[in-house]
Amino acid sequence: MAEYYNIFSQVQIQGPPEMGMVEDADLRERTDKARFSQLFGYLGNAQLGPVYLGAWGVLSLFAGVMWFFMVGISFWVQAGFSPGVFMRDLFYMALEPPGPEYGLSLAVPLWEGGLYLISSFFLLVAVIAWWVRSYVLADQLGMGKHVSWAFASAIWLFLVLGLFRPILMGSWSEAVPYGIFPHLDWTNLFSLTYGNLFYNPFHALSIVFLYGSTLLFAMHGATILAVSRMGGDRELEQIYDRGTASERAGLFWRWTMGFNATMEGIHRWAWWFAVLCTLTGGIGILLTGTVVDDWFTWAQEHGYGAETNYVPALTPEDFLPYLPPQE
Amino acid sequence: MALLSFERKYRVPGGTLIGGEMFDFWVGPFFVGFFGVTMVFFAGLGTILVFYSAALQGTWNPWLISVNPPPISYGLGAAPLAEGGLWQVITICAHGAFISWALREVEICRKLGIGFHIPIAFGVAIFAYTTLVVIRPVLMGAWGHAFPYGIWSHLDWVSYTGYLYGNFHYNPAHMLAVSLFFTTTLALALHGSLILSAANPAKGNTSRLPEHEDTFFRDFIGYSIGPLGIHRLGLLLALNAGFWSAICIVISGTVWFDQWIVWWDWYIELPWWADLEGGVNG
Repeated sequence: MAEYYNIFSQVQIQGPPEMGMVEDADLRERTDKARFSQLFGYLGNAQLGPVYLGAWGVLSLFAGVMWFFMVGISFWVQAGFSPGVFMRDLFYMALEPPGPEYGLSLAVPLWEGGLYLISSFFLLVAVIAWWVRSYVLADQLGMGKHVSWAFASAIWLFLVLGLFRPILMGSWSEAVPYGIFPHLDWTNLFSLTYGNLFYNPFHALSIVFLYGSTLLFAMHGATILAVSRMGGDRELEQIYDRGTASERAGLFWRWTMGFNATMEGIHRWAWWFAVLCTLTGGIGILLTGTVVDDWFTWAQEHGYGAETNYVPALTPEDFLPYLPPQE
Repeated sequence: MALLSFERKYRVPGGTLIGGEMFDFWVGPFFVGFFGVTMVFFAGLGTILVFYSAALQGTWNPWLISVNPPPISYGLGAAPLAEGGLWQVITICAHGAFISWALREVEICRKLGIGFHIPIAFGVAIFAYTTLVVIRPVLMGAWGHAFPYGIWSHLDWVSYTGYLYGNFHYNPAHMLAVSLFFTTTLALALHGSLILSAANPAKGNTSRLPEHEDTFFRDFIGYSIGPLGIHRLGLLLALNAGFWSAICIVISGTVWFDQWIVWWDWYIELPWWADLEGGVNG
């Protein structure tokens, strides 16, 4: 009977903090202190910090704070400068993009979408600077750029939603509003406007990769924890010099489903599943309203939509087969 | 023969839960065991019945084959095969196959001397499925509230059920589940990337170890959870995504019947700001 489940750290030891590898890093940009959190230590490392600032980090934080500040200011104005109204309506308020009458104009009055455009510019700068930062930090440690290219896939979806698709549609009004509930309304309306987004094959692929990523992380996380008694969490060491943890982890899946990845290969599966989620999602959004106006009709024309949507049958008379459109 | 170079020494007898040595063997790479036999039985029967159902339905278009649950008027009774009875039998087969699969995983864990994390995690997925096709329909009083087994028909069901409650995105448990799916995928991207970037360093560098991983993440966001912690976090996030998905649907139509946007009214009706003028809700 296996008893060692390793789902939290029962013993925490604490020595001097690890201040990190140097390589080509400019140590003036790295903070020189670190703290410890016992709470974090139950799940993973207890050490907090140090952190590397750098020019790109400063630019990204500055631009990100500017975006956040502008959205907050617009909420503050909408709340009539009342803290009570601000807190009550926080999830209901939005900084909306300009109306369709302004098209792709950049000369939009401040309170009719101009602020949205200015804040979006800062958000764009913040995201791009954070991407450069991910590249520079990996580069100065002599590491691969896998984090950067995975992040680029997420930025692709972000740019499609806020830049590429509005430009193709000829109007900034197509962009997503900045607000908690309003962005949910936008998502709902987007699907209804274009005939049920579920019938968009790229949306379907994106969902497959979203659920697939979650499945993969459950499988991978569970596998590694199950073999952690044999040192399976030391993945890099296991990649370079396979031990019994890797062998048992592989054999578990081989005996279960007839196939197994390797200790390095599972991370390639992970990387591609996560990257393809936003990559295919971005393609699906970009095609919607630009190339395809109604995904349900499109699906019917391409041989995979039914005559009518499935609706639960109330009585045996309603129990109808799900069939393709009649010619 | 489907043996890896190191595999022979691991293929030892023992560890089975049922059947002793009777089913303790492999077919190609697959371990069989008692539950392998029951899994093949249920999966085989279920698949044959799906084909039978498709023949009755009258289409062989794989996108459109749909095994529909019984009409709601049949309540929780057994339906004629052609009117949802097949769905009922196939649902039993699915449970038989999924639970057999989980127990077969337990036997394989015992054989390999590793923890039961994987079958426990799979149990959460089975729970989510059972919630959709058994627990919620039973609570609502009819099998017809379950979803149909078809590639596009199940999406129609999701649309239909979502709009029954207005904009389903306002369901707080749904919000939590979606956030967990996104966070899990983000964490998976970061974990996969970090391992690959250490094992495949920039040209001219030797392969990296966790010191470099920790340094990169501390530089990047000020915290590195570490090689053990990331797997705990990933498993925790993934299981919660599945669990809260099950919660968000089981509360719709059993304890909450209105549009989900209305659920949030308790917040704007809190006494200290309910009467304030202005804003969106003033």
